[in-house]
Amino acid sequence: MASYGFRLNGRGVSADSWDPAQPLLYVLRNSFDLHGVKFGCGLGQCGACTVMLDGRAVRACQTRIDRVAGHTVTTIEGLGTIAAPHRLQAAFVAEQAAQCGYCTSGMIMTAAALLAQTSKPSADQIKQSLAGNLCRCGTHTRILRAVVRAARA
Amino acid sequence: MLTMTRRDLLKSGGAIVVAFACRPISAFGLQGQGDKPVDLSEVDSFLAFHADGTVTVYTSKVDVGTGLRIAIAQMAGEELGIPAQKITVLDGDTALCPDQGGTGGSTGLTRGGTEIRQAAATARQALLSLAANRLQRPADGLTIAEGVVRPAAGGSGVAIASLVGDRRLMLATDPKAPLRPPASYTIVGQPLPRPDVPAKCSGRHRYVHDQTLPGMLHARVIRPAAIGSTLVSIDESSIRAIPGIRIVRVGSFVAVVSADEWAAIRASRELKVSWTEAATLPGSDNLDRWTRAAAPERDQAVVSRGDAAAAMNTSTTTLSATYFWPFQSHASLGPCCAVADIKGDGGTVWSSSQGSHGLRNNLAKVFGLNPAKLRVVFLDGSGSYGTNGGDHAAADAVLLSKTIGAPVRVQWSREDETGWDPKGPQQLIDIRGGVDGQGRIVAWDTQMWLPAQAPGARALLAADAAGIAQERGQGAGAITQNGDPPYDAANVRVLVHWMKDTPLQLSNLRAPGKIANVFAVESFTDELAAAGREDPVAFRLNRLSDPRAREVIERTAAAFGWQARPSPNPGARDGGLLVGRGVAYMRYKQAENYIAIAMLVEVDPATGRIGVRRVHCSHDCGLVVNSDSLKNQIEGCILQTLSRALHEEVTFDRARVTSVDWASYPILRFPEAPPVEVLLVDRPDQPLMGAGEAATAPVAAALANAVFDATGVRLRTVPFTTARLKAALANRSYT
Repeated sequence: MASYGFRLNGRGVSADSWDPAQPLLYVLRNSFDLHGVKFGCGLGQCGACTVMLDGRAVRACQTRIDRVAGHTVTTIEGLGTIAAPHRLQAAFVAEQAAQCGYCTSGMIMTAAALLAQTSKPSADQIKQSLAGNLCRCGTHTRILRAVVRAARA
Repeated sequence: MLTMTRRDLLKSGGAIVVAFACRPISAFGLQGQGDKPVDLSEVDSFLAFHADGTVTVYTSKVDVGTGLRIAIAQMAGEELGIPAQKITVLDGDTALCPDQGGTGGSTGLTRGGTEIRQAAATARQALLSLAANRLQRPADGLTIAEGVVRPAAGGSGVAIASLVGDRRLMLATDPKAPLRPPASYTIVGQPLPRPDVPAKCSGRHRYVHDQTLPGMLHARVIRPAAIGSTLVSIDESSIRAIPGIRIVRVGSFVAVVSADEWAAIRASRELKVSWTEAATLPGSDNLDRWTRAAAPERDQAVVSRGDAAAAMNTSTTTLSATYFWPFQSHASLGPCCAVADIKGDGGTVWSSSQGSHGLRNNLAKVFGLNPAKLRVVFLDGSGSYGTNGGDHAAADAVLLSKTIGAPVRVQWSREDETGWDPKGPQQLIDIRGGVDGQGRIVAWDTQMWLPAQAPGARALLAADAAGIAQERGQGAGAITQNGDPPYDAANVRVLVHWMKDTPLQLSNLRAPGKIANVFAVESFTDELAAAGREDPVAFRLNRLSDPRAREVIERTAAAFGWQARPSPNPGARDGGLLVGRGVAYMRYKQAENYIAIAMLVEVDPATGRIGVRRVHCSHDCGLVVNSDSLKNQIEGCILQTLSRALHEEVTFDRARVTSVDWASYPILRFPEAPPVEVLLVDRPDQPLMGAGEAATAPVAAALANAVFDATGVRLRTVPFTTARLKAALANRSYT
């Protein structure tokens, strides 16, 4: 069983895995009890498992644990808390931009990576940025409003 | 102190005696299944008052992302005079919640909410009596606000918490307890934020997928290669390299189990399993033809008014058209998950099922457990929009936990979620209409081909594979409704041809049946309007007298900026794109919500791509409980149905479903999502109606009508794929 060290939500951590190809998704959920990252497809098609790797949005279901060693991972839990939310989280709450909420973490993480690179994205840039994140409940218009609100905050 | 037995109290039903009857509930709820009443007749079944001033409301209706929790808190809080923020709704735990039925058919508030409201109104009378006693003032001079009972004329009051905190009321719900007058509402109708949203936005909301137990094992079920095939052999050596795997086999039910989730997933992918061949399905190509030719069980006239056949013969003009809606999947974003901890003949199951009580009873029956010892606890799942595979996942977990004697968590793969969830059925609909010389609809005949419904629980995949006898119910909801026009029409018949067989297991999928029936009826209405060269909005208004119906259409048309003219208007160009507008109206189930939708679309004739530029919806569901949460539901109904109408079709070959991921079962993406304007008609003096699904039904017709307006081409088969529209446009030129 190999051990993989990386930075997770601002802390140095180490995770054991019998398989270097184990996706980061299961390491986060089962070794660190970070349940904000969701399994949606395991195919990189839906975006529910989006986290940030060195500040860029990646699919945790497609990211091998051995590729994470030595890098920096941020999950939705590391972005902010209920009491001290990130501006995106606050904007999603203000717009009530969730129904079932299963896609919400991935939406916020994708948007956070966008805002980190493009501080004032256009509505079209936001739509294109979120094109790989699926929402089944049909909350798209609220999510767009929330990202616009956060970009202005 | 006067003492009375529980039976005496319930018999008396009076509020005054309650003043002496409160009983402490320190061991409340969580310490055992017998502690808290769950009988539908008792106030304490629904409401628990805590010493800190908070209240818990118990209901079997579950919040599947619909905002039910805040709406119920508002309805209870309004009657009790307690802020909604102090009320927690605990939903879907069979040990704690009264059985108000499963969550479906938009009954969350119409039944769930109104029963709780009546219990709260009963409790209010008791609280006023208790306070009258405490304050030595007449009850009719007291009022309740912010959790404090005080004289209406002013003066010091007494907190509800100090009157009944942590004690039971021991009181039967009084069906005649007066409700607060709508004019006095301060909580109901407010756009209060939902309690679950902050946790959902910070990754802290607890879903069934997040449930863990000490010693819990992760399982993945290996589904058969084809529907109906059985197990031949398992090559255990194929997963020798994966550590800590146990293969569980019960008949043809095969699963891999491990303490390590990733090991279970890899084993489920790599385990070599041989199955018998099976080819029981007709294939989804030409499913409309298969449906028309399918073996009939019986015919049933569900609407019969006047003599449609005779009136058709004397009509000046007749039209006919055929519409088809394919099988569709709930396609929940998160594949189903369940955790079961079975011990002996009982235990606990954590599930996102929309019907905890029904699931408990069926699991007990199928797996030989004692329903009194089996507890089903609802935890949020990914949105389910009806009955997705959640019950099947629970059955998987129960069979595995029972078999191996450990707590088991089962999560489905994407392929199994989209491939094996029970589906919304295909619908084939023929409509014939006759108009007289004055343009009046004098004859309307709808014929629909639908899979026969059978009572009983749906067969659980796990039990079928394991060879366990079980019920074989076949239900898809009230799928015949809204096959008749909502307009003045003298002679109407709706005839259902019930088919004996269905290729795939059925279930309720949002606005079951109505989604296709309204698509057909409102498309056909548009065809009648076009044939008579009437404006589509005017055509509808001219044949509707109900003022609530007229109001939603008029408001929608005004919000859209509707210019009266007949459709189509092909050739209206914006750059290289054809532009058109469509409208549809519906009264849900012909008895509930009034909804009108209009939208503006663009069509690229070169590619067949349809783009929806904006949508406007006016919605009247009577009393509005939470305006923002309601809008969220309506927006969701509209965008999800654009997805269903533009993209979604379950495909299958002779053996199995072949649309099994987001590439083969695509759904709407952000670049396609139009702005949606929702106009609520609030009618506080009218009964509330459910709104979780109704706005789904008119969407596809408004879309088809807009495409017709833009192109002159009538789309009668869903989904409106680029290939389908491009083919229809092939022989046309727009100058």
